[in-house]
Amino acid sequence: MIQFERFTLDNGLKVIVHQDLSTPMAVVNIMYDVGARDEDPQKTGFAHLFEHLMFGGSVNVPVYDEPLQMAGGENNAYTTNDLTNYYIQLPAENLETAFWLESDRMLSLAFSDKSLDVQRKVVCEEFKEHYLTKPYGDVWHKMRELAYTRHPYRWMTIGKELSHIEQAQLSDVRNFFFKHYRPVNAVLVVAGNVTVERVRELAEKWFGDIPSGERYIRNLPKEPIQKEERRQELRADVPLDALYKCWHMPNRLDQNYYVTDLLSDILSGGGSSRLYQSLVKEKQLFSNVECYHFGSSDAGLLCIEGKLVKGVSIEDAERAVDEELEKIKTHEVSTNELQKVKHKTESMIAFEDMSVMSRANSLAYYETLGDAAWMNYELEKYGSVTTKDILRQAGEIFRDTNCNTIHYLSANKN
Amino acid sequence: MAETLKIKGPDRTKSPSIVDAVDFRLSLKPYEKYTLDNGVDVYAVNAGAEDVLLLEWVFFAGNCQEEKNLVAATANFLLRNGTSTRNAFAINEHFEYYGSYLNRSCFNETANITLHCLNRHVAELLPVVRELILDSVMPEDELAIYKQNMKQRLKVNLKKSDFVASRLIDARLYGANHPYGKYSQAEDFDSLDRSELLKFYEEYYKNGRWIMFVAGKIPADLPGLLNKYFGDIPCSSVKVKETGIEVAEEKRSRVINDPDGVQGSIRIARPFPNRHHPDFLPAMVLNTVFGGFFGSRLMSNIREEKGYTYGIHSYLHNHVQHSAWMISTEAGKDVSEATVQEVYKEMEILREEKIDEEELQLVRNFMMGGLLGDLDGPFQIIGRWKNIILNGLTEQYFYDSINTIRTVSADELQELARKYLKPEEFFEMIVV
Repeated sequence: MIQFERFTLDNGLKVIVHQDLSTPMAVVNIMYDVGARDEDPQKTGFAHLFEHLMFGGSVNVPVYDEPLQMAGGENNAYTTNDLTNYYIQLPAENLETAFWLESDRMLSLAFSDKSLDVQRKVVCEEFKEHYLTKPYGDVWHKMRELAYTRHPYRWMTIGKELSHIEQAQLSDVRNFFFKHYRPVNAVLVVAGNVTVERVRELAEKWFGDIPSGERYIRNLPKEPIQKEERRQELRADVPLDALYKCWHMPNRLDQNYYVTDLLSDILSGGGSSRLYQSLVKEKQLFSNVECYHFGSSDAGLLCIEGKLVKGVSIEDAERAVDEELEKIKTHEVSTNELQKVKHKTESMIAFEDMSVMSRANSLAYYETLGDAAWMNYELEKYGSVTTKDILRQAGEIFRDTNCNTIHYLSANKN
Repeated sequence: MAETLKIKGPDRTKSPSIVDAVDFRLSLKPYEKYTLDNGVDVYAVNAGAEDVLLLEWVFFAGNCQEEKNLVAATANFLLRNGTSTRNAFAINEHFEYYGSYLNRSCFNETANITLHCLNRHVAELLPVVRELILDSVMPEDELAIYKQNMKQRLKVNLKKSDFVASRLIDARLYGANHPYGKYSQAEDFDSLDRSELLKFYEEYYKNGRWIMFVAGKIPADLPGLLNKYFGDIPCSSVKVKETGIEVAEEKRSRVINDPDGVQGSIRIARPFPNRHHPDFLPAMVLNTVFGGFFGSRLMSNIREEKGYTYGIHSYLHNHVQHSAWMISTEAGKDVSEATVQEVYKEMEILREEKIDEEELQLVRNFMMGGLLGDLDGPFQIIGRWKNIILNGLTEQYFYDSINTIRTVSADELQELARKYLKPEEFFEMIVV
């Protein structure tokens, strides 16, 4: 059970305090309720580019990193399709430095041309490093466009294309900032060797006078229910053929999300999982195969991907995957098999909760989702899943009309 | 708008006062040591709030011991793939049923088995780990699947310029016959033979030399359980084999791996002595200034000033016998050569100009803060100890490193830069 206290400043900033006196460190985590899904379809990649700009100096602090490093701290940030998160870890004695830095960049960025110019280039290199130069690196661009017709999960966090990033203007940066990076759209979590009184005092002092901003009301186009199977064939200079299949799955707040999560663990995620045992070990059709999802807030995708053993036809490989899915749709899994993935989930949560940073991040995440206290009910939600739930949910998800398939084929047939 | 805001709130133009991290008292929580009946040492750190454990069996069965490429790594991999009474599926299912993670990894001097589990399951798991150490059979069909899948993975990796660049530079630095420099080809997998693996297993696991590390909220009965399941396994006095390094002649290489590639993988490196050398600890500080953190000279210049790359880092290789000082980055194809020149320029500045006190103070504080943060939790603490013990060092090394961070002078660092950061002594590799 993770203990915490919560209060809200007059400007709407939500603050959560989680005390852990066993560490000499403090963690300051700010999550903004904005991600790539909130972008204009003509200006994708912006939430992530923006995350880079948050390190380019704020209105009163020309350089963000140096004072933090001087205080013995470290920081980083990440952007997903759903949210943007910034976190600092530093010796607890120097907690106020983190408040100073984070509050100043929430107050206002410096909006420098130089910083935008450099970070555009940096993000373009990041785009190339991860999505252009790596074999199969473009597959998720293609898959998202195949699986989503309306919802902004159509594009990846890094953006739809390089040109969107190259064309970003300072006015876009300013508008984005004042729309999303306001106290009313953020959650501040302070964890570690801290007291509630001290955090309250520092929060009032540093964040209290920042104008609250307007609450961002998310109103995204809803993805229509998929009615027909979708397929695509790609050829590229890759050494092996690969199969990718994705099905729409429930959103993060649906109880069936937990059922689906356990379902994916039964199929893959260990040496005794079904797909690995059947397709890699027994039939030897794939050199690796995985089933996973992205933990998306809105309705996401459940994916199966694998690389084929040289010489195996993609049709045979796909048929074998379908056979495994047919089994799980028509036969209830044993209680033992379900217990196995529940145990796995339990220990994964225990290992994650060892780190203060990870606890702080989870509290911010659940608060952004609706309520930080949900963090403590996750295990219960997994625990209540039955073998019948798995059977029903497998039938619900693994329908042809819910499926998107990409055959990613090697262009050089040597 | 910002102007009026500044008046109302606190003085935002000044940093709040800080406690210098160098003034923190840092200590490494001592380990407890048990010795099993067979003389095997178990190093344990009992700490943490969660009921979880990490157990690690470390065998002197690394790449250094093999006579043929890939034998050590493959034997290590196949430990989990079958005993005389359980097949691979049954072994995996046993560990996975209890929500535990059983991994194995092969390094140069050592190879290990690692178990992460919830405390309440440990008694069910240890007997099966014992089986892996004493009764692995490395089935022929498992070896065949392994070969096939590893060759495929290698094929995909060889498409990646970063993978290719890293292995080529290591071969230059240490020699293609040295465990630190050699790399695998598809044919190496083909030529693996089950009998060689079994022989290696017999010599370096079943009758090998090994030690253990344990961390977490250690239950009172754990030492007894360890002795029960592992106290009778033979432990010999295997010595780590040492191979001389053969540094390449040719220093500068340009390799085209993918003619359509849009980025160059750049590796610039020179040989460097190991942790026992007096230059090692001050070099850790100099390296941090140079390219060891986000605020480093390389990062500030090449990413934050010029935007040539998403990231550039320098570091000292984490090897036991010999180390190397490495600069690594992926940069736009058209700015790769310029990136290399900028790296050399930064070396020159470190040779020519003393690091100013404020920057040095920042680096000292940053390193100390990092050390403090790293010691968070039992798994991190045992990791520190493992590093000390496997490198043949003592607790003093930890305190020496703190002392170096606190006191090394700008003059000493400049001298060190003049001694080591000489472009003509660096190997240089760009793979597109």
